[in-house]
Amino acid sequence: MYHKIRVSINGSTELLDVPSNMTLLQMLREKLGLTGTKNGCSAGECGACTVILNGEPVNSCMVLAVECHEAKVLTVEGLAKDGHLDRVQQALIENGGVQCGFCTPGVLISMRALLDRSPTPNDDEIREALLGNLCRCTGYLRLIHAVKQAAQDQLLEPS
Amino acid sequence: MITAHPGLPEFDYIRPDSLKQASQFLADHPGEALPFMGGTDTFVRMRDGVWRGKYLVDVKGLDGTNEMHFDPAEGLTLGAAVNMNRVIQCPEVREHYPLLVEAAQKVASYQLRTRATIVGNLCNASPAGDTTGACIVLGGFLSIHGVNGMRQEPLETFFLGPGKTTLRAGDIVTAIRFPTPPPHCAGHYLKLGRNTQGDLAIVGVTVLGYPDRAAPSGYRFRIALASVAPVPLVPVEAEKILAEKPVSEESIGEAARIAMQSCKPIDDVRGSARYRKLMVKNLTQKSLNEVWEKIRQVT
Repeated sequence: MYHKIRVSINGSTELLDVPSNMTLLQMLREKLGLTGTKNGCSAGECGACTVILNGEPVNSCMVLAVECHEAKVLTVEGLAKDGHLDRVQQALIENGGVQCGFCTPGVLISMRALLDRSPTPNDDEIREALLGNLCRCTGYLRLIHAVKQAAQDQLLEPS
Repeated sequence: MITAHPGLPEFDYIRPDSLKQASQFLADHPGEALPFMGGTDTFVRMRDGVWRGKYLVDVKGLDGTNEMHFDPAEGLTLGAAVNMNRVIQCPEVREHYPLLVEAAQKVASYQLRTRATIVGNLCNASPAGDTTGACIVLGGFLSIHGVNGMRQEPLETFFLGPGKTTLRAGDIVTAIRFPTPPPHCAGHYLKLGRNTQGDLAIVGVTVLGYPDRAAPSGYRFRIALASVAPVPLVPVEAEKILAEKPVSEESIGEAARIAMQSCKPIDDVRGSARYRKLMVKNLTQKSLNEVWEKIRQVT
């Protein structure tokens, strides 16, 4: 069974025909070529597939494409604006929070979503927000520092 | 061996317009159609081949299932489609049912909780379900819509075994309702996992305590244990001891021992049966002590 859907991806409206069993993750990667979002586990546990759906972070492997009719999606490709990196991207780079880079898109989205809902998170809130993004390389501390820096930068220079 | 396979098996996605339509469709296709909310358990079961079916029926948002409502006289009505993050953030739930918030916060991760629902957690009927204990001790009961209309079902009789409930083809749980909590109650959910956050429970202990003049000891404790039996387990003998004997270090210790004896855990990838039994004793004791400290100060 196929479904016609209209969905806004990173600000652009897309009209797509998707099969029932296609996940949002597959739709992004296979139908739209947005391969920034990664598949790590297909079970909603690793967070590599995290995107922002209607303002909230979700594991896109746990959402059907057909459920995204009339929805707004933000992926890692949509973070940078007019060639300028988002603060979370800048902070992650500066804090050495990228090694193999596989968890990075999901981490960036979780960071962005956290700062959108809680601009000055404390340590516990940061850890809670990132616990759904597994990272094999960095040991997580650099990710936490990056969030704190991004939060600070945002406070000093809101744009 | 588990492999990450990105594709879901083939099925047709059905989105009915009403509960009536949904129940009828489900009843007309028994064994072939499954209702789903956030899908966080359903999709995984399908990927693993545990469930194969032709239809997935999206019942989110039907007829008020996406609403939460608290009434000081009636209690809390939690729509089946309300995701766990919304429950956690709701001021009335935080004020009147903090144990429910505590349990929901221990589920998986923030992004998973955007999709996960408490009703879904219950209907999945995993003995490890984090919110099952809180729902049981808070006296939760389910509103179920079936082909014959609505009915209520208490959680005491709902769970039949791992993954098995009393739900029949055509049944859709529309809400879970909680009575007003007992005055001056306090609760705690202790979850033992392989890490501090995010894992499934190796053992889960939920305790709710409150002053009760009708009880010989002056207090009543409700206990629910996760991951130590085929269903969420209520150690009634342990609860009885705490209601009948004066609450003390001795009676709490005795209750914890009885709770340990009452559970029937299995060996699995997360822990051995023996370890689980020992942990039930320790964690029940710890949890009871913590709740006791909170409620004894009130009276």
